[in-house]
Amino acid sequence: MRFFRDRVAAFKPLFFALCLLPLAMIAWDTFADRLGTDPVAQLEHRTGIWALRLLLATLAITPLRRLTGRRELVRFRRMLGLFAFFYASVHLTTYVVVDLGAYWAQLGADIVKRPYITVGFTAWLLLVPLALTSTRAMMRRLGRQWQRLHKLVYPIALLALLHFLWLVKADHREPLVYCAIFVGLMAVRVGWFRARARVGRVVEGA
Amino acid sequence: MPIRTTNRNRTTPMTGRQIAGSEITAEAVYMRRREALRAFGLGAVALVAGCSADSAAEDGAAATQEPMPGTPLAIAERGKYVVADPLTRYKDVTHYNNYYEFGTDKGQPARTSAGFHAHPWNVEIGGHAEVTGRFTLEDLLKPHALEERIYRMRCVEGWSMVIPWVGIGLGDVLKRFKPTSSAKYVAFTTIERPAEMPGLATRILDWPYREGLRIDEAMHPLALLAVGLYGRELPNQNGAPLRLVVPWKYGFKGIKSIVKIEFVERQPQTTWNQMASDEYGFYSNVNPDVDHPRWSQRTERRIAGEGFNLFGNRTPTLPFNGYADQVASLYAGMDLRRNF
Repeated sequence: MRFFRDRVAAFKPLFFALCLLPLAMIAWDTFADRLGTDPVAQLEHRTGIWALRLLLATLAITPLRRLTGRRELVRFRRMLGLFAFFYASVHLTTYVVVDLGAYWAQLGADIVKRPYITVGFTAWLLLVPLALTSTRAMMRRLGRQWQRLHKLVYPIALLALLHFLWLVKADHREPLVYCAIFVGLMAVRVGWFRARARVGRVVEGA
Repeated sequence: MPIRTTNRNRTTPMTGRQIAGSEITAEAVYMRRREALRAFGLGAVALVAGCSADSAAEDGAAATQEPMPGTPLAIAERGKYVVADPLTRYKDVTHYNNYYEFGTDKGQPARTSAGFHAHPWNVEIGGHAEVTGRFTLEDLLKPHALEERIYRMRCVEGWSMVIPWVGIGLGDVLKRFKPTSSAKYVAFTTIERPAEMPGLATRILDWPYREGLRIDEAMHPLALLAVGLYGRELPNQNGAPLRLVVPWKYGFKGIKSIVKIEFVERQPQTTWNQMASDEYGFYSNVNPDVDHPRWSQRTERRIAGEGFNLFGNRTPTLPFNGYADQVASLYAGMDLRRNF
């Protein structure tokens, strides 16, 4: 008897552990007191950057699948998305509990008044329904609506990028790298969409 | 314009002989220092070091277990300007720097500034003053006695430190050049040396870095021309060999590695103000009531003290960074929301 259904299922636990690796490294550095001079800022930066990376990774699945022809890639997307939500939640918790701490009441004012916190918080909030509807049962129940709901990932990515851009004082190079990756991933989609539309017209004309 | 020189420092009340916080060594810190020194194989020296801890510098340094490079300075005066809060470790003061000429990452300046030549150094004095010209750093410093001053430093980004600077009163230096009545402002310029400052290759800011003060701000006794910290010469990443420290203003006003000081009639163009005038005002006094357009200035994360301190670092930001008693009168009648 085989323990896993197929090779993808067999690879999933390893993939799960891989997604936890950044957290393990952050935790290790935290307890080894290796986060540097401003450990709170480091925690915020590193948890946030991994949330963004994983979010962009979910958006890379479709292009990768089409490029490589490996359809099984899509089966890793949910885990990537849930880990993006997980890191975003750790990021938000770090900000509220560790950074604001006793001044957590400032959060309300920050969400309303600070554009970068407003967009960051909105991005996290929009991730919540996606995480909640990520189960197979919810996919079945929502049917076509599920697809439409999960298109939210595009505005979420935009908000996350804006959040990163706006918190930087002057040197925008790092966030711009992530913006470029996002633009690339979107450009690929636009290309395919237009190609499909052209094919459609040709078929109609024939 | 009247020049204020009568403002007495009142950071701590002066009653009789002042006992600086640094003179009272907590037992824990003392024990740790013993351990640290033993760990470095300096057991025999431990006793001596323990006895001569008359400087805040020695305390903070020993507790970090970090050897401090740099030439020790002969300090004539200590304990006149102190802060009750714990000091920021030497290692943190020198490895967390916003000095974009050496890179925009705060860890970069410590890594990339080793090849910077802070000696020999000349400073050009110009503008509306009776005495102008090029002066060597030694000539500039010679008539003055070095002083250790412990100041809070509040960065506009929302974090803060407590740093034992060594330097001389800016006003005392400026007076020697006899500024004329047309000298309404003082403009400062940082050196621009691309071969030694890798950050200059990227046009993040409009180099060279420039800052300025109103003449009465510059003459205020709290304004300091620093040449050292923790009892030693400034490391390159902290603005060697000569930098400005204006403790009631956001950190970026403290221009580093100064090569030019000019007395001018009009408010000078300053780098961050030029970059984003809605975010960084000319005055940039620390003010919890005026937020940065993108983040709150109401509280700050204090980087100070010993060991593992992840929680409870946030503390309220004080008007004028806690120096309101000394400097608020400089801005009497001014709308600080507009003149931020």
